[in-house]
Amino acid sequence: MGKVKLKEHIINREWCKGCGICVHFCPKNVLELDETDKGVAVRPEDCICCKLCELRCPDLAIEVLTETETSALVKSEEAAEV
Amino acid sequence: MAVKDYIRQRFFPHIWCPGCGHGIVLNALLRAIDQLGMSKNEIVMVSGIGCSSRISGYVDFHTLHTLHGRALAFATGVKMSMPELNVIVPMGDGDALAIGGNHFIHAARRNIAMTAIIMNNRIYGMTGGQYSPLSGYGTRATTAPYLNIDHDFDIAEMAMAAGASFVARTTTYHVRQMADILKEAILHEGFSVVEILSQCPTYFGRKNKMGSAADMMEMFKKNTTPIGSEAKKENPDLIERGIFVQKDVPEYCSEYDKLIENAMKGQ
Repeated sequence: MGKVKLKEHIINREWCKGCGICVHFCPKNVLELDETDKGVAVRPEDCICCKLCELRCPDLAIEVLTETETSALVKSEEAAEV
Repeated sequence: MAVKDYIRQRFFPHIWCPGCGHGIVLNALLRAIDQLGMSKNEIVMVSGIGCSSRISGYVDFHTLHTLHGRALAFATGVKMSMPELNVIVPMGDGDALAIGGNHFIHAARRNIAMTAIIMNNRIYGMTGGQYSPLSGYGTRATTAPYLNIDHDFDIAEMAMAAGASFVARTTTYHVRQMADILKEAILHEGFSVVEILSQCPTYFGRKNKMGSAADMMEMFKKNTTPIGSEAKKENPDLIERGIFVQKDVPEYCSEYDKLIENAMKGQ
């Protein structure tokens, strides 16, 4: 199993009501509310992909897209097979 | 399927206030159903009246939006006629235990296979913040400006006493536990009751100076504990969450089928 890596936070600005639950509970302080009170991922590089923002969003407005990172070991094995 | 495939996207954004816990319940319920791999066609959602009951309009299952407090009565009719369907009945605390209190205890007593989800926000939100049977002693509401003197029910104890064969409690803070409990409840063959403590920042929170939606969820974290924990022994005021009862009891629809089979013998 490879490591799960962040691809993108998809925030639906039409559905977000700016309650701030995602911002409050993010363990890595990735999210903030902007001047129009909509959630924005301002520090995506700190995201650990726990998806708690997505699970706790009452408006179904956040989706955390991830991808599985292939480790260097797996890559070298693949290379050896080729 | 993705979670979004289970909703009627044309009705979004939904009508619930910013930070309303009912949206989190919808979120976890969709994930539970997705993880169970159920199709939209095998689920019927029956709801009554209130903020919580609006949930049936947002999900893309078979849905029935019925009378205040009578969701379980309608659901009983659906289940009896088509027992192969999975019936989910989301209700508010007032809908389930005040207006529909009688239907609730008798559905539990019959042990008819359906999942009653009680979204307990301790207030009537839709009509302006009147106190409900779950508001509790010493709380404030629009209709209790000098403090409420009514005591509240313990939903889990009441459901157990009435005979429900699956009883659980969780909160909108504990989203993973919520999805896990909902999965168990949906799969259970019998009457399942899941109480979910949900925040109403607009009325209950504001009247009782509990802060924002996130602050109210922090309170759920602080004031609850897993069933039978050490913390509960030290602080009996903590609210227990988890599965209280999960037992096999003859289910109503299958018992009814047996009855028909017996009665038709020799004909």
